[in-house]
Amino acid sequence: MNATRILVASAIVCGAVAPPTLAAPREPPAGASGCTGCHPGSAITTPVPRLAGRDAAEIVAQMQAFRAGQRPATVMERIAKGFSDAEIQAIAAWYAAQR
Amino acid sequence: MTQRRTSRREFLKSAGAVSTSAVLLSAPALTQAAPRVAVVGGGFAGASCARALKIIDPGIKVTLVEANRTFTACPFSNGVIAGLRELSAQQFTYDKLVAHNIVLAASMANAIDPQARLISLADGSRLGYDRLVLAPGIDFRWGALPGYTEAAVDAMPHAWKAGEQTLLLRRQLQAMDDGGTVVIAAPANPFRCPPGPYERASLIAHYLKNNKPRSKLIILDAKDSFSKQRLFQAAWQELYPGMIEWIPLSQGGKVASVDPASKTLVTDFDSYKAAVANVIPPQKAGHIAEVAGVADRTGWCPINPVTFESTLVSRIHVLGDAIIAGGMPKSAFAANAQAKVCAAAVAKLLAGTEPSEAKLINTCYSLAAPDYGISIAGVYHPVNGVLTEIEGSGGLSPVDAPRATRAQEAIFADAWYRTITDEIFG
Repeated sequence: MNATRILVASAIVCGAVAPPTLAAPREPPAGASGCTGCHPGSAITTPVPRLAGRDAAEIVAQMQAFRAGQRPATVMERIAKGFSDAEIQAIAAWYAAQR
Repeated sequence: MTQRRTSRREFLKSAGAVSTSAVLLSAPALTQAAPRVAVVGGGFAGASCARALKIIDPGIKVTLVEANRTFTACPFSNGVIAGLRELSAQQFTYDKLVAHNIVLAASMANAIDPQARLISLADGSRLGYDRLVLAPGIDFRWGALPGYTEAAVDAMPHAWKAGEQTLLLRRQLQAMDDGGTVVIAAPANPFRCPPGPYERASLIAHYLKNNKPRSKLIILDAKDSFSKQRLFQAAWQELYPGMIEWIPLSQGGKVASVDPASKTLVTDFDSYKAAVANVIPPQKAGHIAEVAGVADRTGWCPINPVTFESTLVSRIHVLGDAIIAGGMPKSAFAANAQAKVCAAAVAKLLAGTEPSEAKLINTCYSLAAPDYGISIAGVYHPVNGVLTEIEGSGGLSPVDAPRATRAQEAIFADAWYRTITDEIFG
């Protein structure tokens, strides 16, 4: 972060870029930040799978199957029904890009 | 602040050769201090928000105002009451938050000046903010239930804020003779954890069935329906036949007054003498919400569902059990989900950009027995300023699900608890 700020500040002083937009927040797409309420990060293991680093197409396929009631589930079929194809794709891409 | 100074010093060192100091001092990135966010309350909502802010932008100075050194979680505390787990499994420290550069102000917020954007703390210090996040949880409406005063909680524990009260209710159940009557008084909506009183009744019944099988449990309810009702009632019939009696509002279930000395609960029609009485009193947003002016006449806090900024006081955001969240229940999952959306919005507002509309998820598990889990889930988005459940989404576990599904949901409940507490405190 410090390094980023230094670069930004140097560039401003040199007149190379427009005025600063301080933070460029790393923002997840709509709905994505809720998933980690149940899907764990790297520190712990539970029966619920990790999402970070999974193949985007695989996440999309599973979510669509949950939504269509084609894959057995406890809560995921109820949650998947709240998301459109575009939202599912954005969420899948977000998690696929995580470490 | 330290971080800012370091970056400035390094910058001066690296850029000094090409520019004059006058130019450097006039550069906006240097004169602008690190944005300051204060978070008041270190529960599921507040601690989640502090963590999320630091992930989104480590350059934001985040101060968490929390007087308790240890957080004691309410979800799963009904298991402590029933002797299924220890209170230590509910407790977390703020060490990892501090390790992630969140400043811990181990004090209480006494007053807030929204004009000066200053918080007065109980230790005499003052804390300025650019954005304030209030996550005060709930307080009880003392006086709303005649006889149930702050002095009554020893005789008739509420156990609705986890900690000593949780252990007290457990000890009272353990000391009770077989054949005793346990009475739970459940409040009208809204209140923290809507299925909580009924999960508690279930797990206490589980304890009684195994240890004091001649005992009974009565729920005196100030309402005519409750969360996951059909699922709970089916479970009670299957697991604890004849043990739990639920008396709804329309059958005289509303408790009008209590007498702690005799452990008696009085309704309009009857009076109930309890061996163990658990009174879950009427509630409102935590006290500091009133002090800050963000609670309305209902006692709860109206918010903008995109940013969670108060609709009453600008630059103050409110989260969790304290807010009027439309269709979202007062659950730990909801508090955590709201906190992450709020953190993203706060970061954008501090950067001068427009927060984007989010979608929020809630998933809430209850246990009817240690191996019998049921759930409610929902997906929400803002509609005309109100968090509204998306049509066709969400809902309850099926009423006719086999026991294998209940067992699986109990496992997922445990997984949820470990995951969410790891995300926040780990």
